[in-house]
Amino acid sequence: MSGETAKELRAGDYVYITGTIYTARDAAHKRMQEALEQGGPLPFPVQGNIIYYMGPSPAREGRPIGSAGPTTASRMDKYTPALLDMGLLGMIGKGRRAEAVKEAIVRNGAVYFAAVGGAGALLSRSVTDAEVIAYDDLGTEAVRRLEVKDFPVIVVIDSEGNDLYETAIEEYRSE
Amino acid sequence: MRTIDVADVTRNIREMCIEANHFLAQDMEEALRDAAQTEAAPLGKQILCQLRDNLKIAGEDMIPICQDTGMAVIFMEIGQDVHFAGGFLETAVNEGVRQGYTEGYLRKSVVGDPLLRENTKDNTPAVIHYEMTEGDRVRITVAPKGFGSENMSRVFMLKPADGMEGVKNAILTAVKDAGPNACPPMVVGVGIGGTFEKCALLAKKALTRPAGERSSIPHVRKLEEEMLERINRTGIGPGGLGGTTTALAVNINTYPTHIAGLPVAVNICCHVNRHAVRIL
Ligand code: SF4
Repeated sequence: MSGETAKELRAGDYVYITGTIYTARDAAHKRMQEALEQGGPLPFPVQGNIIYYMGPSPAREGRPIGSAGPTTASRMDKYTPALLDMGLLGMIGKGRRAEAVKEAIVRNGAVYFAAVGGAGALLSRSVTDAEVIAYDDLGTEAVRRLEVKDFPVIVVIDSEGNDLYETAIEEYRSE
Repeated sequence: MRTIDVADVTRNIREMCIEANHFLAQDMEEALRDAAQTEAAPLGKQILCQLRDNLKIAGEDMIPICQDTGMAVIFMEIGQDVHFAGGFLETAVNEGVRQGYTEGYLRKSVVGDPLLRENTKDNTPAVIHYEMTEGDRVRITVAPKGFGSENMSRVFMLKPADGMEGVKNAILTAVKDAGPNACPPMVVGVGIGGTFEKCALLAKKALTRPAGERSSIPHVRKLEEEMLERINRTGIGPGGLGGTTTALAVNINTYPTHIAGLPVAVNICCHVNRHAVRIL
């Protein structure tokens, strides 16, 4: 994904991602943060890339991955602004983000996507290849490089700071 | 006295862990099907259809419905005329979980110490609730619980003066705070009464009740129906992306309580509300 593309996307857009993305969730984020504090390298270049908050179930023989849906993004909020400031362009998860994350998204022209939570079997069909590239000892929480094809996501927070979780709910509220 | 070999318990729990994570009980499938027809938001409808496709793919390809195959919550309702032989029951239950999760390609999501956080690598131990019942049967419920929704659950120690309104507000507060984080459409389990821990357990158990089954207590049934309607008016919708299907069911269990208290627990579950039941 290029910086221009990220800036063009708007909250509510339904998009399909094809290419390379990286998985990381709680424990991997903690380690990446520690690596940054010690001046060490990150397991993959965050610049221009997309992180998928996901820990898969084990793959059966002959399949690249098991069930592969998003986890709750807010648990990564503490670590996210620093990664965005380093050039991270996109995140895929589910659920609300903190103000500090929204600000960092706007500041850096990035984007937060949601994948449908609890649709891990369906989403696994869009993963064509998966390889653990770091923190193997973390099991499901290891960092993986994924090749995805037509991976379906919805833009929730765009580079202008629009938040679909806030606007869409208002549209259907009848309290 | 009827004797049950604990090896039978292990075998059944192993199978139930795998079954629950690949096939939803029929009541949940039906609730999703009905919701896909009534949902007003186009995107919401699309998401509900994807969730139905997801269930189909999970069953056909044997891929877990959700990658968070949960912490195994197990209810053991044990008839008082049963005698277990062949080993310690709790060990047998955990052995079933271990075999189910390691042999069934399920995710290992349990850390052994909550502060040191090292993964146990076989999803044990389970959270086991024992209950004594009449007779010589054992009813086992395996309910793997995902933590996206578990994290959004709440206990409210209300005052008697808060009354019915207080209970309604507590339920709505928990649901709204959960919002998109709990993978809506949700199933909302509520426990009212008892003590601090009793109401939480009532709420958890309420989640194992079939989605279409209402409370047999008239005023509780009315509360369930009213709360379902009000929750579906919040606009949260499927995936939290707006719509008229925020919850598929509100299941409320009650218990006597103290003159000074009104405990309320709201245990939120996602649409992947898994529960497998067997009677030995
Ligand atoms: S909340 Fe439920 S559907 Fe969502 S990721 Fe967790 S287990 Fe899966």
